[in-house]
Amino acid sequence: MPERMISCAVAICEALTEEMARDEAIFIIGEDLVAHGGIFGQFKGLPERFPGRVIDSPISESCIVGAGLGAALTGMRPLVDMHFADFVTCAMDEIVNQTAKIRYMFGGQVKVPLVIWAPDGAGLSAAAHHSQSLESWFIHAPGLKVVVPSEPADVKGLLKAAIRDDDPVIFFQHKKLFAREGPVPEGEHIVPLGKAAVKRPGGSVTILTYGSGFYMSMEAANELAGMGIEAEVIDLRTLKPLDFETIADSIKKTNRAVVVHEACLSGGFGAEVSARINSELFDYLDAPVLRVAAKDVPIPFSPRLENFVLPKVEDVIKAVRQVTYR
Amino acid sequence: MTSRIDNKRCLKMYKQMLTIRRFEEKAIELFEHNLIRGNIHPCIGQEAVSVGACTPLRRDDFMVNTHRGHGNCIAKGADLKRMMAELFGKSTGYCKGKGGSMHIADFEGGNLGANGIVGGGLPIAAGAGIGIQNRGTDQVAVCFFGDGATNQGTFHESLNLAALWKLPVIFVCENNLYGLSTPVREAVSADHISDRAMAYGIPGMSIDGNDIIAVHTKMVEAVERARAGEGPTLLDCITYRFFGHFTGDPGKGITYRSKEEMGQWLERCPIKRFRERLIKEKRITEKMAKTMEANVTASIEEAVQFAKESPLPLPEEALQDLFH
Repeated sequence: MPERMISCAVAICEALTEEMARDEAIFIIGEDLVAHGGIFGQFKGLPERFPGRVIDSPISESCIVGAGLGAALTGMRPLVDMHFADFVTCAMDEIVNQTAKIRYMFGGQVKVPLVIWAPDGAGLSAAAHHSQSLESWFIHAPGLKVVVPSEPADVKGLLKAAIRDDDPVIFFQHKKLFAREGPVPEGEHIVPLGKAAVKRPGGSVTILTYGSGFYMSMEAANELAGMGIEAEVIDLRTLKPLDFETIADSIKKTNRAVVVHEACLSGGFGAEVSARINSELFDYLDAPVLRVAAKDVPIPFSPRLENFVLPKVEDVIKAVRQVTYR
Repeated sequence: MTSRIDNKRCLKMYKQMLTIRRFEEKAIELFEHNLIRGNIHPCIGQEAVSVGACTPLRRDDFMVNTHRGHGNCIAKGADLKRMMAELFGKSTGYCKGKGGSMHIADFEGGNLGANGIVGGGLPIAAGAGIGIQNRGTDQVAVCFFGDGATNQGTFHESLNLAALWKLPVIFVCENNLYGLSTPVREAVSADHISDRAMAYGIPGMSIDGNDIIAVHTKMVEAVERARAGEGPTLLDCITYRFFGHFTGDPGKGITYRSKEEMGQWLERCPIKRFRERLIKEKRITEKMAKTMEANVTASIEEAVQFAKESPLPLPEEALQDLFH
């Protein structure tokens, strides 16, 4: 039987519908959820299906995230919708000082089953306050799990896993990928947190990527195949905890690595991964680890400017050719 | 008048106030002898707020606390031994030595923890209220915070949300007149912090926070209101910290408070006032009070002994408890 194709947006809804039907402790809180089914329509149908469990809040990001935490500490399993990932700055204390630290600081007394769902990413001419990719900030706050899915099946499976997890998860999802379709298993489909996936096998080079970078990398890999370069594309999916085993297995085979992400270069996740590869896999490397990322400026509005700033398929190809000396 | 509160409860309240005072006096002494590291933010002088506000609570009610939180922990029923062990950084402490004086939580006792960020607890209390409302129980959540926190965005966001959704939360401001060294009159635009309740359409009262009966009476009303689903209340309890901001504050805060002012507040000591009242109303005799005081001192000594004898955590335990 051919697999069913659905979009990332439908996958979100399906995961939530299944989970909310299974567990009454789950609720969704955020801005503009009921009338619109979420600002991107990502929760369409849920308010009607689960009355009172999809809650419209005032525009008070600090309070929304903090209240999600308070509810999680007292027996609920909330999903907080950040509206746009960029708005996390208004709730940084609640995420970094409270949510991330509370279990550890109190000696492991309590579980924190909270999901912070944050649509991120550029490419829509949404300019500097509605386009960022901020995942690496949260890698640097011990106590948070960080998930950045790309394909619809992972969206569904990882969201279900995040909701069932007893630790706080910040779940970034690229806005431009909501309509992207792919095969998604029906019913129970869980993708465990902390597991990367080899999405395209190859022996010439390892491309490590996630989120929108995955599609860019796959496109590049297909073009590179025409040049006789077989790239192994690993979709990291969860950045924390990181599945370094899968990364290491691949690099031991290919001896080369390129990290691809949409977030800007300096201090990005690529820096962390490449540092770890250098310190743990140096003897296996035949070339320096390269990073493909956005330029170090805020995301500009004009499509021409935005396009210039963001990483592109050509950049991935160029980096791969550089490390394979081709 | 204390007449509406039964004798047993009155004596328990007095004993708790005394326990808080002795616990903190001891902790400061141990800090000065370098047995407790870091810092302590004593609530000595504010005991009537802690005990008056927590007495109407049940064990399954929630409490969110501040950096100056020993008193509220004790009033919510925390174990003195585990508290003292936490101050010592021992593995038998509430947080296994990971929190210290400023971060004690006791989730089994409904204590959702103390916060090092001014105003950090307010949204958490609102969230506890959402959880209660979702489950449909008659629990309440009490949120303690200082006067300084009322200028944080979280205060306004949380009061708005709690008022909007009639959350069962009681916001208790421990208004000790100073945010570290800044007087409340130089930091708060309103005449009274309770005036801010008006903006959210909820009851707000400024009361004598050194009068335990006044605090208790208003708290009973606020808790009843919250349990009945009528929403939050803001209680502005005006009090004073005798020891300044923290153990590093020179001269107990003399750089920003006058000797006269500090002396006047010492005269209004909440424990002294309650003791006199209980004796006057013949609820307690001098002899009974002395026996109680001796018992309290003994329980503190026992806690110190427990903390001293407890093992330090292994260094590697620093890597535990991050994830479930």
